[in-house]
Amino acid sequence: MSEKVIMLGNEAFARGAYEAGCKVSAAYPGTPSTEISEYIAKYDEIYAEWSPNEKVAMEVAIGASLSGVRALASMKHVGLNVAADPLFTASYIGVNGGLVAIVADDPGLYSSQNEQDTRAIARAAKVPVLEPSDSNEAKEFVKFAFELSEKYDTPVIVRSTTRLSHSQGLVSLSERVVPEDKPYTRNIAKNVMMPGNAKGRHIAVEAREKALIEDACSFEINRIEYGDTKIGFITSGIPYQYVKEAFPKASVLKLGIVNPLPRRLIEEFAAKVETIYVIEELDPIIEEQVKSWGIKAIGKEILTVQGEYSVNMLKKAIAGESPDIAPAASVPNRPPILCPGCPHRSVYSVLNKLKIHAAGDIGCYTLGAVAPLNVVDTTICMGASISSLHGMEKAKGKDYIKNWVAVIGDSTFLHTGINSLIDMVYNKGTGTVMILDNSTTGMTGHQDHAATGKTLKGEATYAVDLATLCKAVGVNHVYEINAFDTEKLEKTVKEAIALDEVAVIITKSPCVLLDKTAVRKQYRIDQELCRRCGMCMKPGCPAITKKDDGKILINDTMCNGCGLCGQACKFGAIKAVR
Amino acid sequence: METKNIMIVGVGGQGTLLTSRILGALAIEAGYDVKLSEVHGMAQRGGSVVTFVRYGDKVYEPIVEEGQADVLIAFERLEALRYSHFLKKDGAIVVNDQRIDPMPVVIGAAKYPENILEDLQKKYRIYKVDAISEAKKLGNIKVFNVIVLGIAAQHMNFCKELWLKVIEKVVPPKTVEINKKAFEIGYSLH
Repeated sequence: MSEKVIMLGNEAFARGAYEAGCKVSAAYPGTPSTEISEYIAKYDEIYAEWSPNEKVAMEVAIGASLSGVRALASMKHVGLNVAADPLFTASYIGVNGGLVAIVADDPGLYSSQNEQDTRAIARAAKVPVLEPSDSNEAKEFVKFAFELSEKYDTPVIVRSTTRLSHSQGLVSLSERVVPEDKPYTRNIAKNVMMPGNAKGRHIAVEAREKALIEDACSFEINRIEYGDTKIGFITSGIPYQYVKEAFPKASVLKLGIVNPLPRRLIEEFAAKVETIYVIEELDPIIEEQVKSWGIKAIGKEILTVQGEYSVNMLKKAIAGESPDIAPAASVPNRPPILCPGCPHRSVYSVLNKLKIHAAGDIGCYTLGAVAPLNVVDTTICMGASISSLHGMEKAKGKDYIKNWVAVIGDSTFLHTGINSLIDMVYNKGTGTVMILDNSTTGMTGHQDHAATGKTLKGEATYAVDLATLCKAVGVNHVYEINAFDTEKLEKTVKEAIALDEVAVIITKSPCVLLDKTAVRKQYRIDQELCRRCGMCMKPGCPAITKKDDGKILINDTMCNGCGLCGQACKFGAIKAVR
Repeated sequence: METKNIMIVGVGGQGTLLTSRILGALAIEAGYDVKLSEVHGMAQRGGSVVTFVRYGDKVYEPIVEEGQADVLIAFERLEALRYSHFLKKDGAIVVNDQRIDPMPVVIGAAKYPENILEDLQKKYRIYKVDAISEAKKLGNIKVFNVIVLGIAAQHMNFCKELWLKVIEKVVPPKTVEINKKAFEIGYSLH
């Protein structure tokens, strides 16, 4: 019997790539897919990298596949938008060594800017999609995806969701089996997608899809569990688990492949059960197709396209059962916040004081949108801060953005922000860009990037110098400054905004959580000197609280010793005690 | 065995992940099927976090539903209240008696509820501990969550030896001794 261990879904995906003999992996971090790469990096047999963005990662994997080895790219759902360009054409070219992309959706929006459904993109790209429902399947489906990719000459997507990626379950381990590298042969009709060749490849893509629709009916990853035939469920992924828990006696068709759909198998199942429900989170991708074949099925009429499902939700919608649950207590929200000691808080406290609006970006610093900082006005997608500010200027003129800046993190800047900065300079913009350089990809849990000097495998490498890079694209005014030097920061922001050309301010202070061994200062409030004016509370540090008697205290278990509160105090009441 | 449902709730950064991983390893060691569900990313940044642990003969869904939790382990008072409706009628709450103000309270937009534990006591079995003070006495504030876990252990069907064995396996090697001590403290309270 093989060894059974407990694994996070993302760890199991990584294990699947390892067992499948995958040799190259590329990714950009993004919740909930980040840990796939982090676990892959632990296998010495697999080359693994953080690429600057998902498009690059996908192209690295495509290149590796063309050279004849099994290759993987992993990303979150919105990352697939960035990687869509290479994916759509890789679908035409096909593969040499197996090519798999693991893409993690985020129903419920735990850590994303939208709730899009990867299956919709995969359908448009005509790429097969497998959908596992637990950690063991996560591993097995990745292995099957590589086989499928080589057999049908196509990239294959394995779709995850937050609930699968971040749940742990038991996994049976197998050995790594590395297939022999496929020989490389020059084949421009297949690999050079100019119009004449692409026409021929499109025919191959359509034929492939047709073959898959039939062949998929006998894939073992699809499974019918017949029970009571009065009620039948067509489902896949995590929703399968809810169905089994809520209706243990019902008949279930559990789909392992969700694009293209195994039509004959679904029709057979539908013929044997009386009432059919399609249970899928997010968009009605399966449901609409099934209905288009004339099958009477029930789905989004009674279920939502938003958020995650649950057993209670299914029981209520389908059986009309309302479990006897105490009502939820009415309590204050606890939204995510910048950590105590976060350098972004310091930057935002200055911008707030100057009443400046920020075109924001994707990262921890998005949290500068909410009270009490209230600085960030917009968040769209990776890299959009700089270009959207540029768009405002071009619409309304340079004076319009004299109380605006773009704020973007170091990792996000290298992801796609650099393109936007080139645009701003090239097209004679005058915006001020602030790169909040905390020396890491923070929100996703501290991943290295091209400017940190370390690879995913932990090797030392060249670190891009952000200031030099900005100068090279034509920015004449580049300032580098400590994020906690609020006086200098205020002066610099005023100076940069007043300029009639592009300026970049790089605030350089590492994420406070980065060095876990650092011995930090500890601040305390001298109650004799404190006038209880509340200035120290303005930046919204969670370590500072006001008691009911008006006394202001710093929580010594939370304070990370940045001293921002001390800078804000006019009465010298806040001092470092360590 | 009927599936057991455990929830661990707290504020991002309080160590809910380590606690759930100890529970997961424990259930495997005892020969059960087990699933855990965690929160990563944005929500972790000082936000309200919840981790689910389910174990039994066969576990399907990885989350605990409202009204289904056997034990609610809360590292903060307000979070105990927030998730209390997930408990079964005879469920137990083990709560670290600590108050961490959420941002709406800090900026004066909301009030931190009073008498949380007293109110919960009217409906549920509740076991509270000032685990931060206990952990400070031990010399490492970070092990407070294992003290809380020690109390919760009294309401779960695993022997103490198994708990200690699993803690030894899961926590960082340098912290094995202090974590075992922390567990013993919790296990002897109440």
